[in-house]
Amino acid sequence: MRVGPVVVERRDAPSWSWTLAISALAVGMALTLAGAIFWSYGVPPLRAYGVIVRGTLFNARAAPEIVRNAIPLLLAGVGLVLAFRALFWNIGAEGQILLGATAATWVALFSPVPDAWKLPAMFAAGFVGGALWGLIPALLKLRFAVNEVISTLMMNYIALYLVSWLVHGPWKGPEMRGFAFTNAFPAAARIPTIADTRVHWPTLMLGLLLAAAVAYLLARTRAGFEIRMQGENPEAARYAGVDPLRTTMLVMVIAGGAAGLAGVGEVGGIHHRLLDPTQISLGFGYAAIIVAWLARGSPLAAIGTAAFLGLIFASGDVMRVALQMPARVTDVFNGLILFCLIGSERALSWRLRWAPGGARQPAAAPPETVASEAPGSDR
Amino acid sequence: MAGEWILNTIVRGIALGTPLLWAALGEVYAERSGVVNLGVEGMMVLGAFAAFALAQASGLPYLGLLLAAGVGALAALLHAFVVITLRANQYVSGLALTMLGLGLSALLGRRWEGLPLLNTLPEISPLTYGGLLLAGMLWLVLYHTRWGIILRSTGESPAAVDTMGLNVFLVRYLAVVFGGALAGVGGGLLSVAYRPSWTEGMTVGLGWIAIAITIFASWDPLRAATGAFLFGALFHLSFRLQTWVAPEPLQMMPFAVTILVLAVVTRRGGAQGVPEALGIPYTRGES
Repeated sequence: MRVGPVVVERRDAPSWSWTLAISALAVGMALTLAGAIFWSYGVPPLRAYGVIVRGTLFNARAAPEIVRNAIPLLLAGVGLVLAFRALFWNIGAEGQILLGATAATWVALFSPVPDAWKLPAMFAAGFVGGALWGLIPALLKLRFAVNEVISTLMMNYIALYLVSWLVHGPWKGPEMRGFAFTNAFPAAARIPTIADTRVHWPTLMLGLLLAAAVAYLLARTRAGFEIRMQGENPEAARYAGVDPLRTTMLVMVIAGGAAGLAGVGEVGGIHHRLLDPTQISLGFGYAAIIVAWLARGSPLAAIGTAAFLGLIFASGDVMRVALQMPARVTDVFNGLILFCLIGSERALSWRLRWAPGGARQPAAAPPETVASEAPGSDR
Repeated sequence: MAGEWILNTIVRGIALGTPLLWAALGEVYAERSGVVNLGVEGMMVLGAFAAFALAQASGLPYLGLLLAAGVGALAALLHAFVVITLRANQYVSGLALTMLGLGLSALLGRRWEGLPLLNTLPEISPLTYGGLLLAGMLWLVLYHTRWGIILRSTGESPAAVDTMGLNVFLVRYLAVVFGGALAGVGGGLLSVAYRPSWTEGMTVGLGWIAIAITIFASWDPLRAATGAFLFGALFHLSFRLQTWVAPEPLQMMPFAVTILVLAVVTRRGGAQGVPEALGIPYTRGES
């Protein structure tokens, strides 16, 4: 197909620049649609985006909030990249985050671990808590054929009520002002932050390390090869002797564990107590799906996409405070971005080629171009 | 005393089972056409808001439910376009729809929060009997009419339907949009009948339970009715028993039971009744 001097043709693997361009276009479209929604709500879109830009990117006090929000998104998002690469539809990062937070709280408040070991033990316990919560749906899928989308979602609700029960019941602290929460963590159980920001840097380091480790796992190891094989061609993987149970369990230990670490960061680095589940995770587990999707299966790209979603969450905060909008405004952004991203997915398998007067060039001979557009050659 | 308690539980279970039934029936038809719509929660919450707003403004709860059906259908149309025409991933699109529905209804519904609703429907309204009747009709259509054969074939083998000269895309669009309209009504029943009020996120996971009921029912409308009332009763019990047990473990119960029930059902029957082409976008000329 020819549009002026540009030829549109199919290709097998999209280049990075094309992927980036299409993704940027999709996100731009989502932001435009969101603007239209704000306008119908009574907030002029340009004013809304002006407030967001001034309140996040160009505000020295608020900019670190982008990183603060990106930390849980990165940890959970890298885990989801891995799960999605193995075709395991883990929608349960939200619950895995909550379980990590719960396990870390137990270590911080109720375990006899000496102070020097408190933080490492909290991270270890959080990883184990999230991993176990992730393993249950994996086993249910492979042993009982229970659809993992449903089971991971149900596990989110169970985790939510579990945390809610703990803070209202057995773990309730003495101080209560209408809200229920546990006692504050002792000083040894608080994750250090950068200067007077809420950026708990040890968790950030863990997230970056994890992204690198998962990238290495996928690209260079036998287990990574098996995970990719199972995700790309489950039939072939089975014939080649890849054990789906082992692969899925490995994937879910890492993905659930990573989300658990995100939960540790939230209670250990931000709140210093276990509190209402909707305060611990502001929907990070669901937004991590966008982080993973936007990263197109690359753990390292998730660093960038987590930062972008961190910006969205920080924007939500700004809009809530400056424009008195409900906190759920972040969900409007998230839903629209996700829609536009998957809607533009098919554009990735095309490319534009600059070929003025291309009819005379053999490479762009019309019949060839037409043939490659036949519906049968799709995908 | 005990008799009254049991009777009351059954009545309230039926009341909460009604929204679940409408939503699950819609999902049964959508999935029978081969399209998973995980946006039920989002469509229900949009329906709940729309029904409440119009019922409050007009004083006519049935008019509110009609709008809820329209809003649900419109939301489903978005999903249909993205997954049928653009062939995007159905799971991700459904999740996007749920996020958008929760966000949009919270944003637009803010000024309706906490307002009273004067004209409400009784908990067990004609919509309860209508839902049961609908289940019977949808069962008849599905198994005993030409339309039903086309719908089932579209979910089993779209290529065969295409070969017969029928429009796979149109069948799927209709099924998904119909499913959205029913989910919208289901949500509307929450806000004008079951708990006549509007609060953000008032669907509290019922949409996901409706999807689980669809699987539990092996994509059969009559079995969906059974499932809806069972889960309605279970959900209601999780409120009722709070006199004796802490509320949170009880609120967990319906979700834990869902997992258990699915494990038993799918294990016993294998993948019995799953439409063969469920979740797979159809491309002409392929396979």
